[in-house]
Amino acid sequence: MAAATEVTMRVWRGDATGGAFKEYRVPAQEGMVVLDVIHTLQATQAGDLACRWNCKAGKCGSCSAEINGTPRLMCMTRMDTFTPGETITVAPMKTFPIYRDLVTDVSFNYEKAKMIPAFRPRPKEADGTRRMQQADVERGQEFRKCIECFMCNNVCHVIRDHPENKTAFAGPRFLMRLAELEMHPLDTHDRKELIKYQAGLGFCNITKCCTEVCPEHIRITDNALIPLKERIVTEYHDPVVWAWRKLTGKR
Amino acid sequence: MATEPYDRYEYDVIVIGAGGAGLRAAIEASARGVKTALICKSLLGKAHTVMAEGGIAAAMGNVWKEDNWQVHFRDTMRGGKMLNSWRMAELHAKESPDRVLELEEWGALFDRTKDGLISQRDFGGHRYARLAHVGDRTGLEMIRTLQQHAVHTGIDVHMECNIQRLLKDGDRVSGAFGYWRPTGTLVLFQAKAVVLATGGVGKAWKFTSNSWESTGDGITLGLDAGAELIDMECIQFHPTGMVWPTSVRGILVTEGVRGDGGTLKNSEGARFMFNYIPEFFKGETADNEKEADAWYEDKKNNRRTPDLLPRDEVARAINSEVKAGRGSPHGGVFLDICTRRSPDYIRKRLPSMYHQFKELAGVDITKEPMEVGPTCHYIMGGIQVDADTEATCVPGLFAAGEVAGGMHGANRLGGNSLSDLIVFGRRAGLAAAEYVKTLKGTVSADRGQADAAAQALLEPFSRSGNENPYAIHADLQECMQSLVGIIRTEGELRKALEEIAVFKQRLGRVRVTGGREFNPAWHLALDLHSLLSVSEAVTLGAIERKESRGGHTRDDYPFADDRFGKLNIVLRRRNGQFSVALEPLAEMPDELKDLLKERK
Repeated sequence: MAAATEVTMRVWRGDATGGAFKEYRVPAQEGMVVLDVIHTLQATQAGDLACRWNCKAGKCGSCSAEINGTPRLMCMTRMDTFTPGETITVAPMKTFPIYRDLVTDVSFNYEKAKMIPAFRPRPKEADGTRRMQQADVERGQEFRKCIECFMCNNVCHVIRDHPENKTAFAGPRFLMRLAELEMHPLDTHDRKELIKYQAGLGFCNITKCCTEVCPEHIRITDNALIPLKERIVTEYHDPVVWAWRKLTGKR
Repeated sequence: MATEPYDRYEYDVIVIGAGGAGLRAAIEASARGVKTALICKSLLGKAHTVMAEGGIAAAMGNVWKEDNWQVHFRDTMRGGKMLNSWRMAELHAKESPDRVLELEEWGALFDRTKDGLISQRDFGGHRYARLAHVGDRTGLEMIRTLQQHAVHTGIDVHMECNIQRLLKDGDRVSGAFGYWRPTGTLVLFQAKAVVLATGGVGKAWKFTSNSWESTGDGITLGLDAGAELIDMECIQFHPTGMVWPTSVRGILVTEGVRGDGGTLKNSEGARFMFNYIPEFFKGETADNEKEADAWYEDKKNNRRTPDLLPRDEVARAINSEVKAGRGSPHGGVFLDICTRRSPDYIRKRLPSMYHQFKELAGVDITKEPMEVGPTCHYIMGGIQVDADTEATCVPGLFAAGEVAGGMHGANRLGGNSLSDLIVFGRRAGLAAAEYVKTLKGTVSADRGQADAAAQALLEPFSRSGNENPYAIHADLQECMQSLVGIIRTEGELRKALEEIAVFKQRLGRVRVTGGREFNPAWHLALDLHSLLSVSEAVTLGAIERKESRGGHTRDDYPFADDRFGKLNIVLRRRNGQFSVALEPLAEMPDELKDLLKERK
């Protein structure tokens, strides 16, 4: 194995009352990711350096941070993607309140999740089974790849730059969840009012920042948010639909 | 030390751990009308279950009509080398199809067959394609489905709360005590029943597929409360973990790669698994490449490829190839799927494997083989429970999922873990609720026990020692990896016991600096208590089982011994001292014995 090279890390240390970047020099081995270097720091220089992580394999979405200003999973960011000698800055996600160091209070996301009514399937087929075609489940499956790293919500300017919008906006993560349920072949709930009003779909002006940071490469904007917007437009603003309903009394 | 006020909660049932088993237990208890809380040490939805890849084993017969619970039962018992609790294996095989269909009712989107039913894939040791799956991210689908269902059922979820002790009122369980990780504040839960669903112990080994949470908490909580452990020596080393780069060594490579057509090769390009077919599986395993290749398309007229022998067999074979000097450059073997399958097929069936190798190792698995080797993956042993209710010998204490022992015997089949979680998670939640409803009188959480626990928890801040918890953990992992690994001998096991005794002394000298708010050094110091307990239990069991069986291979006793095949190794701990006993397995009813005889 190649010998360790020393890297310079600037890591944000502090809590809700304030903090600052602290610089560390750390040995890094070939093939390491940023999370390995953070672990080395903990083991050798800063035992109390707080960071969340679970799987270290890009599957749990716990170790989200802003690395050189870009939201990334620390466990999937290889050290050899940086220029040799470059100082690597690691900061907590900006949109959520700080607990300590790299750990933020992400309860916003869990509150929004609760707001979404559960899946409610239509009755089973006559033979007692449920049948769905692969092509139909694949639309929802793309969104269910989400590992809830919350980086899309972190990067979304609607709440990143305007915390006052947090009460009225569910963020890309949960708008995508709503899209997934809307596209579920078996679901019977009508969530359009929720999507338009409480979840605040109208705030989204499709800048695609969420799609860019998604570690699962889900096409959040193109495949979830835009189709959802089209449904809402049809429901609330399509003159033909409006006239048809007026004439027939059918919703 | 003056005691501080604790946060206090009261519930009928608390479930500790929010992976598949914990979520399913909490959903069931709550549905039975008892006040239920779910406590997890990470955020909800991050438990180790998310890392499960291949699928959920359930004999639904959607792909092969010939499949049924009887065949699944037989596969499970044979895969477990007959050390399984036959009753658990029976319940599991019978109930897993209903549990999978239930997930679909709650919104899970499984891959489909051409007729629109839930598709099922091949996996090691399963006679028919049996694993309901979503690409190679089935665990994520399970945990998200359960999580999204659970948050609408009135369960209180307490996240980032680490439970360190169970409280007792006389013989009965009466609650649990721990701390909130973000604040370091101490918390006491009074509860009439406790379900342990804390998962496994992989973090005691250096190369493991397990997440940081797998520190054996529930096993130690149970032990300390008087529960019994069985067959702790049976540890599954999954044959295919990543071996390079070093920093990702151990990360799982799903068995689905082999289920979908991948083959193992050594440095000479030979498909070496044909040389490692044990007598026990000769009748059902192809002994030549032509038959093995034909099996993928025609299972009726061909026997299964030896690449899909049970995991213990494959892990030992890889170990032997590497030892014989036929390994890959980084000390593993090659796993090749690109020769048999097209890039499109691979990316569609195994998207996260493609992603993982591309991003972490710079390897394109649609063009080149992977390098893989064994990684500590799962503990078959655990807390002894009643098969039907998951009750432990401590009244009010239940255990389900990986923390419980018995279901998988000496070796677990792939896919049987996710089904275990939902079958026995449900049963544990149900039984805990019934226990609460029939409980006479009240239970109270004893303040004195809580105060003693509080003092122990806070000790690392005030000690005068200078031990670093990270260093102890690293040394423990080296010890378990080299002395209590895939191949074991009595001398090395005894040496491991001596080292563990030294680690325990060092743990008593750990001092942590910094505050109580989200302090990982402090958290690790506390987790080491259970890591060391579990390591000692595994080593003691491994010394006692003087035979080789499933996930326990002794170089000094290389063969299975019928006498040990009928015995559980049972461990108890009183006043810090383990005692070991050999106790007979329950006698299997004749009608189940007949299922094991049947062979085509």
